[in-house]
Amino acid sequence: MAGEEKIMENKNFDVEVHHVTRVEGHGNIYVNVRNGTLERCEWNISEAPRFFEAMVVGRNWSELHHITSRICGICSIGHTLASLRATEAAMGITISEQDLKLRKIALHAENLQSHLLHVGFLVLPDLMGVGSVIPLASSNPEEVKTVLRLHRLANEMSDMVCGRTTHPQRLIPGGFSKIPSMKELRGLRERLKASVPDLQAVAKLLKSLAPKIPDFVRETEFIALTSPNEYALYDGKIGSTDTDAAPAREYLSFTNEYIVPQSTAKRAKHKRESYMVGALARLNINYDKLSPLAKKTAEMFNLKPVCHNPFMNNIAQLVEVVHSVEDSITLINELEATGLKSQPDYNSPKIKVKAGQGVGGVEVPRGILFHDYTYNKNGICTKANCVIPTNQNHGNIELDMKAIVPKIMDKTPKEIELTLEMLVRAYDPCISCSTHAVKVHFV
Amino acid sequence: MKPKVAFFDFAGCEGDQLQVANLEEELLDLLGQVEVVSFREVMKEHSDNYDIAFIEGSCTRLHDEERLKQIRKNAKIVVAIGACATIGGINSLKNYQDLDDVRKTVYGDKAKLFDTYAARPIDAVIPVDAYVHGCPINREEFLHVVKSLLLGKKPDIPNYPVCVECKKNENICAFERGEFCVGPVTRAGCDSCCVNEGTKCWGCRGLVDNPNENSQKEILIKYGLTVDDAIKKFRLYFGWQERKK
Repeated sequence: MAGEEKIMENKNFDVEVHHVTRVEGHGNIYVNVRNGTLERCEWNISEAPRFFEAMVVGRNWSELHHITSRICGICSIGHTLASLRATEAAMGITISEQDLKLRKIALHAENLQSHLLHVGFLVLPDLMGVGSVIPLASSNPEEVKTVLRLHRLANEMSDMVCGRTTHPQRLIPGGFSKIPSMKELRGLRERLKASVPDLQAVAKLLKSLAPKIPDFVRETEFIALTSPNEYALYDGKIGSTDTDAAPAREYLSFTNEYIVPQSTAKRAKHKRESYMVGALARLNINYDKLSPLAKKTAEMFNLKPVCHNPFMNNIAQLVEVVHSVEDSITLINELEATGLKSQPDYNSPKIKVKAGQGVGGVEVPRGILFHDYTYNKNGICTKANCVIPTNQNHGNIELDMKAIVPKIMDKTPKEIELTLEMLVRAYDPCISCSTHAVKVHFV
Repeated sequence: MKPKVAFFDFAGCEGDQLQVANLEEELLDLLGQVEVVSFREVMKEHSDNYDIAFIEGSCTRLHDEERLKQIRKNAKIVVAIGACATIGGINSLKNYQDLDDVRKTVYGDKAKLFDTYAARPIDAVIPVDAYVHGCPINREEFLHVVKSLLLGKKPDIPNYPVCVECKKNENICAFERGEFCVGPVTRAGCDSCCVNEGTKCWGCRGLVDNPNENSQKEILIKYGLTVDDAIKKFRLYFGWQERKK
C-alpha cells in the first residue's frame, strides 16, 4: 500500500475545497500530500445542525410529517412519506391500495425532480467542462431546454399528486387530504409517454460524454430496500450486497451510526468500514426489477450489477428516471383499470391514537431513509430518530477519496480537485438533510 | 450593466433556492435581466461583488453572524427568502427547549462539539430590505419581489390574514371541519394554498403586523384545544416573533 502511495516520491500538494459547489448543503474537502504520501484526506460537513429529532419531541402526531418534511427541500416528499409510514406503523394505521399507488407515483415524481436536477444541472457542467449550467444555456440551448422540459414535467407531476412540488400538503396520516382526478392522471400519463424522446435525447447526450466519467473502482457494500414484487422504493426489506435482507424495523443493526471526532458528521457502517446507498445501490440490488426501457438504458452504458464505480451513480440516476416514468405509466394504468374511487373534500382519515413505536423506511433520491418515532397514549412524540441517506454515504465518500488520490497524483492539483469534487457530486449529497451534521473548525 | 445577484444559505432545507431553480424557463428570462455571481447550489464560480443578496435559512450559531455581516457589507439590497430567513421558521421550535438538552438528544455525549443558539431570522442579525415569505416561497411572489427591486419599487406584500384569501377561494373553514388553523393571524399572499389542498394553515408566512392573537387563541380554545395546545400551534412557526414581543 505504501508503495502505491509513493508513486510520485517528490509530490507535494494540498487540496482544499471550502463549500463544494453544486451540491445541496455545505461540505469541505481537505487533502494534504507530502513526498508522495497521502497524509490527510477528509470530507467534512460544515452545515449548521438543525436538531429535528429534538424539535419534534412534544409535538402532536398530526404535525410530525409537516415538521420533518422541512429537513430537506429537495426530498421533502420522501421525508414526508418516511414520516407518515413511521407514524402509521406506530399506530397501526393502514392505507388503501389506491392511496398506496398514488404515494408511489408521488415518490416517482420526486425521484424524477431530484435526479433530473442533479444529472441535468449539477453533473452535466463537469462533463462539459464548464462551471455551471448557465453558460450551457447559450452554448447548448437544445440540451438545456430538453432537461428543463423533463424537469418541469416532474414538478407538475408532484403538484398534481401532492399539491405542491416542495413540502407536499396532500400527503397525510392515513392517506390523502385531496387526490387528483382520473382526467388529470390520464393527462399526466400522456405527457409521460410523450417524454420518452426527451429521455432518449438525454441518454444519448450522456452516452456521448461517458468517456469523461472517471474509471475508478473500489469494492464496497451497497444497501437498499428490496422487494420480490417490484423495484423497491416505497416499501421493502433492507437489502445488502453483503448480507441477507431484514425488515425495516431492524434498521439500527444496519446503520450503526457513529461520530468521528475529527470529521464530525454522523456516519454509518454495516459489514465493512462503510457502505453506499442511493441509485447505484438500488440498481445493484434490484436490477432485475427495472422496467424494460430502464434496463435498456443501463445496457447502453454497460451498467450492470454489481458496479463498484461510484461515479456511475449518476448513470444509475438516469436509469431510474426512465424507470420512474415507465412505472408511473403502469401505476396510472392500474388505477384506471380498478377505477379511481373518489373521496370527500378536505379528507381527514379517522385515526385511533395510541401509544407505540414505528419505523418508516423509504428509498428517496439519495438512498434509504429511516424515520423512527415513539408516541405516548395521547399521540405526543416522545422520541425520534432519523437516519439520512447522505450521512450513510459520508464514510464511503471519504474512503473513495483516500483510494482515488494515490491513483491520480500525476495530475495537476486543479485536476485532482475537480476529480474529488466530481466524486462528491456523484453521490449527490444532500447535506441539509443530514440532521446530524456538525460543524468543525480547521485552522 | 446588469445588477449582480448572489444567493446564500444558512440553517434551512434549501427548498427556497430550489423554487428559484424550479422557475425553469422563467429562470432563463430572469437570467437575461441579472447576472448571478454566486449560487453555490448550482454554480462553481463565486464573487463577492454583488448588488442584491438573497439569503435563505435562519441564523443558529454565533459565528454565522460574521458571515451575515459581511454579506450586508457587500450588498446594496438584502432579501430574506423563506420562513427560516424571514421569521425563524420551523428552526425556532428548538428555542423552547433547553439547548443543552437539545444537543444531547441528537448528539449524545458528543454534544459539546455542536455549537448552536436560539434560531433567529436574518433581520435579528442584520437589516433586511425585502422579504419573500413562505415555506417554501411561492415562485410568482419571488419574481414579483425581484421585478419590484429591479424597478426600484417596494414589493407589494399583503398585510392581512390568510382568511381573506381563503374566503375568496370558497374553502370550508378549517374550524368548521374540526381542524385547528392559524390562518386568522397569518400573513396572506399564499392564496391559502394549504387549505386549498385540503388541510389547514400552519402559519409559515408569519404573523400579520397587528395580529389579534388573543382572539385567535380564544378561538382555538373554544374549539377544544387547551391553552397549552393553542400556544403550541403558534410555536410551530411564530416562535421567534412571539418571543420578541
